[in-house]
Amino acid sequence: MLTPAEVEALLLSLRISVVAVGCALPLAVLAAYGLARLDFPGKTLLDGIVHLPLVLPPVVMGYLLLVTFGTRGPVGSWLLDTLGIRFVFSWTGAALAAGIITFPFQVRAIRLALGAIDAKLEVAAETLGAGWFDRFWTITLPLALPGVIAGAITAFAASLGEFGAIITFVSNIPGETRTIPLAIYTAIQTPGGEADAARLAALAIALALAGLVLSELAARRVARLHG
Amino acid sequence: MSLSLDIRHRFPGFALDVALDTPGPGVLALFGPSGSGKTTTVNAVAGLIRPDEGRVSVNGETLFDSHARVWVPPRRRRVGYVFQEARLFPHLTVHDNLLYGWRRAGRPFDRAGIDHVVALLGLGALLDRRPRTLSGGERQRVSIGRALLTAPRVLLLDEPLTALDGPRKDEILHYLERLRDETRIPIVLVSHSIDEVTRLADWMAVFNEGRLAAFGSVFDITARIDLFPMTGRFEAGVVLAATVAGHDRAHALTRLSFDGGELVVPGLDAPVGAVMRVRLRARDIMLALDPPERISANNVIAATIVEMRVDPGAFVEVLLQAGESRLIARITRYSMDRLGLEPGRQVHAILKTVTVERRSLAAGGEAQDL
Repeated sequence: MLTPAEVEALLLSLRISVVAVGCALPLAVLAAYGLARLDFPGKTLLDGIVHLPLVLPPVVMGYLLLVTFGTRGPVGSWLLDTLGIRFVFSWTGAALAAGIITFPFQVRAIRLALGAIDAKLEVAAETLGAGWFDRFWTITLPLALPGVIAGAITAFAASLGEFGAIITFVSNIPGETRTIPLAIYTAIQTPGGEADAARLAALAIALALAGLVLSELAARRVARLHG
Repeated sequence: MSLSLDIRHRFPGFALDVALDTPGPGVLALFGPSGSGKTTTVNAVAGLIRPDEGRVSVNGETLFDSHARVWVPPRRRRVGYVFQEARLFPHLTVHDNLLYGWRRAGRPFDRAGIDHVVALLGLGALLDRRPRTLSGGERQRVSIGRALLTAPRVLLLDEPLTALDGPRKDEILHYLERLRDETRIPIVLVSHSIDEVTRLADWMAVFNEGRLAAFGSVFDITARIDLFPMTGRFEAGVVLAATVAGHDRAHALTRLSFDGGELVVPGLDAPVGAVMRVRLRARDIMLALDPPERISANNVIAATIVEMRVDPGAFVEVLLQAGESRLIARITRYSMDRLGLEPGRQVHAILKTVTVERRSLAAGGEAQDL
């Protein structure tokens, strides 16, 4: 049904999205907690930076990543020299781009969920002997779980579709950075590739729908669990 | 117990300045209108607020001292705090809610100890349920159990009955009475209901605008007519310690004897000799100069007028002495003038049996001093 190249694009897309969302999730929880519960100088600035990828053109994001994480960029050259890590032209770079682009989706959903939790429950837990991390781990996070799951699934679906930042930062290399959107783009650019593009587009639609259904099921399951 | 407080704290528009030492064991009630500083005081004991200045100690252990720079964080204070709205964890079962504090108190596993609290509060059938499926009264019982299982130094109850309706209130009051009688954990009860206070408390601290207006035993405080503006005129009345002297089963009545006379009250389910508390509302007592004859009221108590306090309006509070006991009657100023009542006069206090409600009667007399 799918050609080996298309299967490769599908698996690569899934791998990049899993890594992007998985690595960004703990940071998203941290950022959401800070924005929802804490008061500190520079909070508005942090809020802006977190949400920047939402309004910035993805191409600009890709350019900034290239400038920063490129082999001659300040962070990129250091990573290459000391740790031997290279982001450009690599699938890990695609994951980095997708993770940053979809970060606001996660933060927003988790922050909303945290805001809906009655902070008095945490005070009750404190009088029952729970320290800060204990309270966070046993009360706050479980109660925010529906938001965490919703945010992760939304970010995952958005990450599957990321195009501009990926192609700008890590280019369009088959088997390394050519995800489904890039494969569709390539097919359209190739004479006679319309059928391939249609099949890939159908695949993208199926993935997006599956993500939505999964998100809904997870939300219902958590709602039941929380009574 | 011994609870020793001396705290000063300022909020915008409100200042708290309270010092008290409980003289003995028993239930301490913090009584007063909303916004008088009761909850703030309890929060200072629990460590949920840090007073600007002062000292808090429970059973001789200092939890806070601004001069000695002592501050025990709330999670290490081992106070069992029962909040007005139960605050159960919605994602945990009743069982896991109950054990939340227990697991963090570093107590060895003790099935019997857990079972005892479960039985005391009647929680056996609820253990697998989630808070959402519980009634208000059940939630509050679980909340009390959760606090008890931390083996607290002191149990703090912040208006635990306010969010409940009448029957649920009685249900929880019943469990709190058991708790008072069957455990030795000192209890601080925040309340603005004189009913709850007189049923449960041994000591009473009357709060008014961030200060302590009076502090003493429930019997002494309720017999002070100068506190009526703060304790609420409508429900005001003395609390007497009385002993069950006998039952008149044919008429469903019980005779109580107190130092100063006898009272006939609606039939009680208590053995002869049991010590009871009776609250006699001032507005239910009328006064007569001559002993009335051929009258339906069952209680006529000879007494002497000690003191009178004239309200700004139509009423007068009359403090009476009958034997070693004190009674308070509220009559009109007009009646006072008509009968020529004044301190020193002999009168007869008349009380209808039907005005003594079931909820005005409770087990338990005076707290034993250590």
